Amino acid sequence: MKSLKTLYIGAGILGALVLAAIFAPLITSFDPTEQDLLQTLSGPTGAHWLGTDALGRDVFSRLIYGARVDLTIGILAVLLPFIIGVSLGLMTGWFGGKFDSSVMRVVDTVIAFPFYVLAIALVFIFGPGVKSIIVAITLVGWVAYCRIVRANVLVAKELDYVHAARLTGLPTSRILRRHMLPNVISQAIVFSMSDIVLSILAIVSLGYLGLGVPIPTAEWGSMIQEGQPYILQQWWLATIPGFMVVIVGFSLSLIGDGLVSRLER
Amino acid sequence: MGYLTYVGKRLIQTLPVLFGISIAVFTIVHLIPGDPADVLLGQNATPERVKLINHQLGIDRPIVIQYINFIKDLFHGTLGTSFSNKEPVTKLILGRLPETGMLLTGGIILSILIALPLSILAASKRGALRDQLVRAIPIIGLGMPQVWIGVMLILLFGLKFPLFPVSGFGDTFPEHLRSIFLPSLTIAILLSPILIRSLRASMLEILDSDYVLTARAKGISQTRITFVHVLRNAVIASVTVLGINVAYLVGSMVIVERVFVIPGTGSLMIDAIARRDYPIVQGVTLYFALVVVLVNLLTDLIHAALDPRVALK
Repeated sequence: MKSLKTLYIGAGILGALVLAAIFAPLITSFDPTEQDLLQTLSGPTGAHWLGTDALGRDVFSRLIYGARVDLTIGILAVLLPFIIGVSLGLMTGWFGGKFDSSVMRVVDTVIAFPFYVLAIALVFIFGPGVKSIIVAITLVGWVAYCRIVRANVLVAKELDYVHAARLTGLPTSRILRRHMLPNVISQAIVFSMSDIVLSILAIVSLGYLGLGVPIPTAEWGSMIQEGQPYILQQWWLATIPGFMVVIVGFSLSLIGDGLVSRLER
Repeated sequence: MGYLTYVGKRLIQTLPVLFGISIAVFTIVHLIPGDPADVLLGQNATPERVKLINHQLGIDRPIVIQYINFIKDLFHGTLGTSFSNKEPVTKLILGRLPETGMLLTGGIILSILIALPLSILAASKRGALRDQLVRAIPIIGLGMPQVWIGVMLILLFGLKFPLFPVSGFGDTFPEHLRSIFLPSLTIAILLSPILIRSLRASMLEILDSDYVLTARAKGISQTRITFVHVLRNAVIASVTVLGINVAYLVGSMVIVERVFVIPGTGSLMIDAIARRDYPIVQGVTLYFALVVVLVNLLTDLIHAALDPRVALK
């Protein structure tokens, strides 16, 4: 029962954030990018709950709209690596041989590149922006799924029900899709929870460096960077966006842990 | 399989990876959409410059020849010349090594200093409150953005309580040490959740092992068991965990250098992006990948030397 509780608390926190992001215009009436140069760094007021930033933009709105950007890209960026990694993991584990060993050499090569170094190199190639972030996360991210699924396939393909399915003459594609996939995918799903956190961290870091989502779009990483010069006077400008990331990470951790104990039973 | 055979096998395994890295780094400039020279020069593109750049890049020659030349240069230790200040990239990277090296060393030492006592504390009484608290650290710690930890440390220990410099590297060795304290702590806070998670698990395993049981049966005190028998093995385990995470460590360092304005190799790379200085981007990418491969190789070899079972597998 404890695992269910963890799962529900995690899903509850994340769900609330996702709802806030979706219904952002209903929660706040301020445009996150609208500047009011007469009211900069106002501090919390009745109208601006968390005050305004150096350009007079409403910080609360930027935080909520930032959730839209960071959560959407964070989740989207994990989808493609998930699909590529799981498919390759299935095939390499199943077919083995030359195909397997050549994919594994590519895996070894990708692992050798520190993610942020590769991401920065890709930003250099394609220019800053969402596209580069997604390409970078995809290029690196599939490796983990591929290894997880491959390891599971290697074990599962020796099990009786798989032998039985092969003996009945089912086509390989059907065995892979209907018999292997449902049995090997759960660990990959659990991993994807922490992977979303990693990809949000990447978006935030690149945003901070000015290599991520272009300004003036509200995004937590660039908010941290913009708040840093005023940190002594208004500590919350840089602190709260980071805190949002911690909350997202915490909720996804809980979901992941809950899923693990559910699946292990 | 003997140790030497293992070393040989491990070295051979590294070759395809090195080949893969060389291809990937070589490709960087070829992936730039459109005419690379136009993109690299930006507004400064004149026909003469475009021609010069294309010649420097060797784009007018067949791709295989370009690759062979690239590898030839690598074996001569040449990574090309920086576009912006005309210095050899190798020299630029080597010049930034002290900063990066000190930061990495500081981060690793601090993370072990944080993670080891906490893991001992947690593992010594499984399920107790202190264990629960330590287990909560990775759940929260792994969700903290690198840049944010840095900014928070700057706020706390640089500005509110001005104990440490918030940026730069200083001029003398003691100043260097003070300057790298906060960035190293940032890296340590990033790394210790990962360390704690695996250290706690490996300590629990060690505490359950037969030789610890034997030690207990001989009447050796719990403190001595923890610090002599368990700790020694746990340190080996943490070296392995650090080796596995070296890519993550190096990547985070690039970001942390930026937050604290430390002029290391990471800053060299990020600055090069803005100036579109492709030889530097290419060189630093290659350099970091080689560091990761080398560290992974060394970790495996050291691990196998310390624990003969590894080579036998």
